[in-house]
Amino acid sequence: MQDVFIWLNDQLLRMQWLSDLVTLLVRDGMGLDPVSRVGGSVHFFIYDVIKIFILLSVLIFSISYVQSYFPPERTRRILGQRQGLWANTLAALLGTITPFCSCSSIPLFIGFTSAGLPLAVTFSFLISSPLVDLASVILLASIFNWSIALAYVVIGLVLAVLGGTLIGRLQLEGQVAAFVYQSPVSDHDNDGTISRRERLSYAGDQVREIAARVWLYVLIGVGIGAAIHNWIPEDFISALLGQDKWWSVLVATVAGVPMYADIFGTLPIAEALVEKGVGLGTALTFMMAVTALSLPSMIMLKRVVKLPLLAVFIGIVTTGIILIGYIFNATSHLFI
Amino acid sequence: MIIKILGSGCKKCGALAENAKVAAQTEGINAEIEKVTDVVAIASYGIMSTPGLVIDEKVVSTGRVLTASEISPLLKEASA
Repeated sequence: MQDVFIWLNDQLLRMQWLSDLVTLLVRDGMGLDPVSRVGGSVHFFIYDVIKIFILLSVLIFSISYVQSYFPPERTRRILGQRQGLWANTLAALLGTITPFCSCSSIPLFIGFTSAGLPLAVTFSFLISSPLVDLASVILLASIFNWSIALAYVVIGLVLAVLGGTLIGRLQLEGQVAAFVYQSPVSDHDNDGTISRRERLSYAGDQVREIAARVWLYVLIGVGIGAAIHNWIPEDFISALLGQDKWWSVLVATVAGVPMYADIFGTLPIAEALVEKGVGLGTALTFMMAVTALSLPSMIMLKRVVKLPLLAVFIGIVTTGIILIGYIFNATSHLFI
Repeated sequence: MIIKILGSGCKKCGALAENAKVAAQTEGINAEIEKVTDVVAIASYGIMSTPGLVIDEKVVSTGRVLTASEISPLLKEASA
């Protein structure tokens, strides 16, 4: 039974067959040695790009289908009925399945806040949404393993719940742009009228839209991954980001926060870093920093909240992901 | 009649605008179609998912590309 699971995992998730196929292509088709530098980079690039695009299409399709049942209006209604820590937890969980891209953070923020949801709940949602989504979990399981994927989710959710709660405690309601509270609340919700065919076509549209948006990031990410994999000397990477260097997590954070990329583009970089001996926590911190905080979404949020609240938000999330990095580095022997 | 399409310039908003135009022509309604692309302006209608369809400042649909035949009755209702 366990063998069957391992086989399924290797073939479907890790796509061992694809790796073997690309090895054949690189060796026999291109006449390169797959363990040489050039051959290795070419193999990493082709294999990772194809794997990520296959996973991306399948994952986005199925997840979008589920998401079509949870439009933001419904999420808001569900959250409005809950209170306290339970509301935060639910917000963090719903954040993983509500359709979200950094471009919709403002409408969501305004929509939630004007409907009277507490800041604590809204921020739990805003933290978890880009950080943890179903796609990233399965990708993490594909590239690393299931225990790392689950640990990532649990820790991401804890960060969202605690971060949101903390922001709520600070009573920063006055730090929200005044017009937000005056915005009307439209409870228009098409959910009841959507047919299965429309959900399927919505899911198909999402795949095309997201693929069109992220393909360049994926190519760049895999390219950087391939370069780290075979060209950047291990000494250099371990001097900067090695597991025994206390500053590695901080370097990963500072490098990752201003970067703007999707989880799909970030994972191959994290993968290559871990193979080069970088601590798991450092790699995860880098991924979280890239996906959770980005310059474009900060600039957008700045239009609806005042600077102190924005600073608190960035501060809490940054501190959180740094802590997560150190915790994971200290305990990574449990996961690999 | 003023029809507004709310959305930050995605392909779906274009499709919705096109469908609204067709619907207005079919119904023989003289409508002006306007695209609202600024996120804050969009959110000020209280909607969270785009594209949104607004007829004479009233939100009639969000998060979906309605077909022309779905828009027609909405236009009739609004002009009645």
